[in-house]
Amino acid sequence: MVEKDLIYLDNAATSHPKPQEVIQAMVRFLRDVGANPGRSGHRLSIESGRIILETREKVAELFGVKDSSRVIFGLNATEAINQGLQGLLNPGDHVITSSMEHNSVMRPLRALERKGVELTLILCSPAGFLDPSDVGQAIRKNTKMVILNHGSNVTGTLQPLEEVGDICRNNNLLYLVDAAQTAGAIPIDVGLQKIDLLAFTGHKALFGPQGTGGLIIGERVDEKKIVPLKRGGTGSRSESEEHPDFLPDLGESGTLNGVGLAGLLAGLKFILETGVEKIRDHELRLTERLLRGLLKIPGVVVHGPQDAGKQCATVSFNIKGLVPSEISLRLDEEFGILCRVGLHCAPSAHKTIGTFPEGTVRFGLSYFNTEEEVDRALQAVGHLAGEEA
Amino acid sequence: MDRGVILFFSTHFALRAEKLTKEKGYSTKLIPVPRHLSSDCGVCLRIPWEEKEKIIDLLEESGVRMEGAHFLSGEK
Repeated sequence: MVEKDLIYLDNAATSHPKPQEVIQAMVRFLRDVGANPGRSGHRLSIESGRIILETREKVAELFGVKDSSRVIFGLNATEAINQGLQGLLNPGDHVITSSMEHNSVMRPLRALERKGVELTLILCSPAGFLDPSDVGQAIRKNTKMVILNHGSNVTGTLQPLEEVGDICRNNNLLYLVDAAQTAGAIPIDVGLQKIDLLAFTGHKALFGPQGTGGLIIGERVDEKKIVPLKRGGTGSRSESEEHPDFLPDLGESGTLNGVGLAGLLAGLKFILETGVEKIRDHELRLTERLLRGLLKIPGVVVHGPQDAGKQCATVSFNIKGLVPSEISLRLDEEFGILCRVGLHCAPSAHKTIGTFPEGTVRFGLSYFNTEEEVDRALQAVGHLAGEEA
Repeated sequence: MDRGVILFFSTHFALRAEKLTKEKGYSTKLIPVPRHLSSDCGVCLRIPWEEKEKIIDLLEESGVRMEGAHFLSGEK
């Protein structure tokens, strides 16, 4: 549990606490299994491999993927996005993205741009919304991919996933979605939303530990055309010094994070048993309460949609007269409230919503937060804003 | 009882094959790939040889990618 009386509102960075089952599964793995998955033939190695298989199958179940071999595991969403972008875009290709992206998308795209990939960055509204018709207008003859975040890590703004998916399908473009902020907290179905590549992380709303995440690679992506981010041992084709060109091995070199994936599996089971809809309902209620409260405090400026139905459980705001770093320090020291401030690794998003370079204060809620915690956080913000009034 | 093994492209498919065949009640087991068949450091699925056709049909229907099936001589 979180230290008594602390209110943890930094779930958009890493969720905390985790379900108890996650901790138990990781202890069990280290104590009773421990072995290397998918390499040796002894019983503990096979048991380790079975845990990885089950994790893959639960990821597939949660996101509506038919073939679990098309789920590859890695460190986090950043690695997955890098694999998706660097593995499929070549000089001369054109890629479209939004101005609300995190640096996990922007930085690899800027690097690819220097290698001859053409980039169109669509400016979103001040609340962070992408207009799907802008995507249609940006398409060129050589457009290969659209990459879009599902929920903004700055404002929580939810993008029109399905509408953009339709545009991609109609124009034969690959569609990569960054679901770092939403996977586990908002329903996602790669079939319904026409997503070709879904990047997810384990350590946020999927309730796994840090160092887990992955990429779902849809049937429209030819696995033979994916350039692996890394090459190495896979347990398969050991006689060959050429890296395998089939999934999931092509995307998973070296020993996987077995203990981490055992924890992620427990997180996935918790979510599937609880139901994403129920998790979303709870977070929606908390977000509504937080937004309503913040909007009533004189001197507080709330960014983003200001509508819980149009955002994930992340809210950014500022207090007039106070710099975000000062707010964060005082919330921690005087009120035991833990949040994140600054640019949240997304300078372009802050330029879009008008908070560059000072940044914002961000509260990221989780299924394990309560109404009472939201009320106490509101009282603390009210106290700090009152001093400035 | 005669036995054989099914080899797979990836450990992922070997593990899925084990799960699918056990669910159907077949007496199968994941074992290290016999050296004379392949130099893979992975595992393969040992099966009762007389069930070979039915098991391969089951795995094909389930999208499991196989490299081949081999009779194991001298197995008891």
